[in-house]
Amino acid sequence: MPKDGGIGASSKRREDVRFLTGRGRYTDDINLNNQTYAWFLRSEVAHGTINAIDTSAAEAMDGVVKVFTARDFEGVGGVPCGWQVTDRFGNPMKEPKHPVLAEGKVRHVGDPIAVVVAESEAQARDAAEAIAVDITELPAVMDMKAALADGATKVHDDLDDNLCYDWGFVEENREAVDAAIAEAAHVTTLELTNNRLVANPMEPRVAVGDFNPGTEDYTLYTTSQNPHVIRLLMGAFVLGIPEHKLRVIAPDVGGGFGSKIYHYAEEAFVTFASAQVRRPVKWTSTRSEAFISDAHGRDHVTKIELAMDADHNFTALRCDTYANMGAYLSTFAPSIPTWLHGTLLAGNYRTPLIYTNVKAVFTTTTPVDAYRGAGRPEATFQLERVIDKAARELGVDPAELRRKNFIKPEEFPYQTPVAVVYDTGNYHATLDKGLEMAGVDTFEARCAESAANGKLRGLGIAHFIEACGIAPSNLVGQLGARAGLYESATVRVNATGSISVMTGSHSHGQGHETAFPQVVAEMLGIDEGMVEVVHGDTANTPMGMGTYGSRSIAVGGSAMVRATEKIINKAKKIAAHLLEASEADIELADGQFSVAGTDKSVAWGDVTLAAYVPHNYPLEDIEPGLEETAFYDPSNFTYPSGAYICEVEVDPDTGKVEVLGFTAADDFGNVINPMIVEGQVHGGVAQGIGQALLENCAYDENGQLLSGSYMDYTMPRADDLPMFEVDHSCITPCTHNPLGVKGCGEAGAIGSPPAVVNAVIDALHRGGHTHVTHIDMPLTPSRVWAAINGQ
Amino acid sequence: MTSVTITVNGQSRSGDVEGRTLLSTFLRDQLTLTGTHVGCDTSQCGACVVHVDGEAVKACSVLAADVDGAEITTIEGMANADGSLGVIQQAFQDHHGLQCGFCTPGMVMSAAALLKENPKPTEAEVRHYLEGNICRCTGYHNIVKAIMAASGQDVAPPMAAE
Repeated sequence: MPKDGGIGASSKRREDVRFLTGRGRYTDDINLNNQTYAWFLRSEVAHGTINAIDTSAAEAMDGVVKVFTARDFEGVGGVPCGWQVTDRFGNPMKEPKHPVLAEGKVRHVGDPIAVVVAESEAQARDAAEAIAVDITELPAVMDMKAALADGATKVHDDLDDNLCYDWGFVEENREAVDAAIAEAAHVTTLELTNNRLVANPMEPRVAVGDFNPGTEDYTLYTTSQNPHVIRLLMGAFVLGIPEHKLRVIAPDVGGGFGSKIYHYAEEAFVTFASAQVRRPVKWTSTRSEAFISDAHGRDHVTKIELAMDADHNFTALRCDTYANMGAYLSTFAPSIPTWLHGTLLAGNYRTPLIYTNVKAVFTTTTPVDAYRGAGRPEATFQLERVIDKAARELGVDPAELRRKNFIKPEEFPYQTPVAVVYDTGNYHATLDKGLEMAGVDTFEARCAESAANGKLRGLGIAHFIEACGIAPSNLVGQLGARAGLYESATVRVNATGSISVMTGSHSHGQGHETAFPQVVAEMLGIDEGMVEVVHGDTANTPMGMGTYGSRSIAVGGSAMVRATEKIINKAKKIAAHLLEASEADIELADGQFSVAGTDKSVAWGDVTLAAYVPHNYPLEDIEPGLEETAFYDPSNFTYPSGAYICEVEVDPDTGKVEVLGFTAADDFGNVINPMIVEGQVHGGVAQGIGQALLENCAYDENGQLLSGSYMDYTMPRADDLPMFEVDHSCITPCTHNPLGVKGCGEAGAIGSPPAVVNAVIDALHRGGHTHVTHIDMPLTPSRVWAAINGQ
Repeated sequence: MTSVTITVNGQSRSGDVEGRTLLSTFLRDQLTLTGTHVGCDTSQCGACVVHVDGEAVKACSVLAADVDGAEITTIEGMANADGSLGVIQQAFQDHHGLQCGFCTPGMVMSAAALLKENPKPTEAEVRHYLEGNICRCTGYHNIVKAIMAASGQDVAPPMAAE
């Protein structure tokens, strides 16, 4: 029977009621008394020297309070980077300054030059148009390989070149991998591009800064996935505001997908400016601004080589990647192509020798950082594409080639050659499940149906691994992270037994307000409705690292479990006192504390009341009150995995691809709320299909963004997608966190792009177009048609 | 400035607007009906869909001054009289048809307009009708299910653990 509450129940989301009735409170819904409005004047050219900025006409316009330029930010820090990568020669990466407003040069279209603060948004916008900026345009730096050539135009004049770092991993394996490839019976090589994307949460970014002249406290309301991280980065590194004078609130946030992790210049601006003008300052991004100022994702150019022996065992893998950083280093940008990419190149396979080289390059484009999956989709795409190509070259079944090389269920825990240790998994089980769900045994009949209609049908398989819940802090510190990666929870039990859980994690669509109480309620045997989650405000939640990397339940949920365990321990002491029994004999079930082997019991509410009205209470042994905090620092990543199978139909006359079916068979370990988990997979798969078929962040050679609106950037719409078949019944629980959970937020976006592309290639081969071995994403009709026709 | 009076969710509301003020801006900033969301600036995303005289309209594509005298329904007016969720709203909750909630007001308003003109749509008709509403979270799967369910057609419930 389905459970009706607690762990494993598809509890309906309580947050939905406010969202469905227009009573959500997103940042743009917040308007403060005496508020002013900021409008950013942004660079219209990709690269140029600023000769002069004349703000006099703007300053004279109606409603203008103040016009800001870089001159107003002298003495203010740059926007910091949160991860320092060390290159393969032992040197730190190049880390150019990222000013809040452009200093002397602009380096991408959208680079902010000046800001007008005015009485209304319309007045601020009008005045910004009156600012005269004299810029001498410089050549755009767009192609990564050309950017590294001798004599290339430099994005940052104070650096030697445009190379951020040249990273090798595992550097000691470099020669052994070369040798293994040279000796291999068969080597499959693939050159590919992982297309640049824009995250596009439906809520554009918003920031409201509010300086209180009386207390000299600052409050920043912002569309963030991690308000504590923003408080730390902005307070400590940009504006020099100590944490106790700075409160960051991320209220209801309308999606993030990575793009709202980072500390952005606009946040620092409104906070700083509110103290300058002594009034609140609000900035609301337009979608057009979002396209040029939100950090982009992906943008890797890769050559991958897979070596096999005569029996088709993988013997070595070599990956050479160029990773676009954009004009400045966004918060976590350097870690994406390195530690979140190189460590995943074993995939689900027993490949003994792996080497990856990554050259990170500055270009005159918007900064690039994590987007749903972040490094792991790039690793999975190249691996699952090259395996598919190898199967085709060898004339073997792509599922069989994968099975032959899978890590076997009995081999866990498994030490990969790329540092990480997989704790659990059963890849054979997920692949078998996925193939069964996808109806592979009747696929040939469906092919014949398509053929009869002049269409080409294809089936694509991908099997992915991801590393979630990034951890532990001491390890990531060694790898260059400038932050810890623990999570926190305070469980506050109120006198009458209701509970507030304050988490450092943050929900922007993931359903924490519903799923987190399921865990606490299950542990205590009480109704979920008695537990409420508080998140998103640094003033009333413990220091936490926020939500990204599928970490909320694995790390944040574990912190909540630890805090709840402390609550149970203390409550048992109180119950033992009330029941005049030994603490060791107290059992907690269904919200009742009882003495083992007797009918003596006391209810949850009696114990919690005693904690706050301690008349009959062991005051000599324990303090009154029932509130506990825990910080959880995981000992390893978690490793969700799964089989994704895509079925497509290609119209050979037009090149149009239609996704007819998509199956996801995932192993997420234990699942708290299946309904929410399935929703996460649906959304991730939609983004992955979007990357594979529709989405592309395109620049022209002058650095102008060609896909700068929803008229140009193809977001997946309802009629682009099928219903999805998803399953998470293959469960190998995580062994190192208390819930046995692995995380599910990014899986869909990681596993789906190679499944889609593999399916299209399969369709073309079945249609006799065997010359097509690869098409770069997105597989638009024009690209597919050109590939079919050899163009 | 032009004076505009509209009936919103059954109540008469007035305000002074510039010629360029959009209906979405008027609803959000002057009438503080912040349930109507703005997700783009090219009338593509559909987060701002409201009903103007019974028709689904993107509020960012209409000037406030042009709807003087109109009857407007926003997401705030979609619940039952007793405050409980309306049929479409309840179906969205039952079938997990929303995650971050930002596109949701526009989705619900579009769904209501669809079911008014086509009470028993096919899945393909639902998907086609939602062409002007972008959701980044759900992959549309559960939105389509919710609308089908709201139309009284059978759909599978969300999977529950055994």
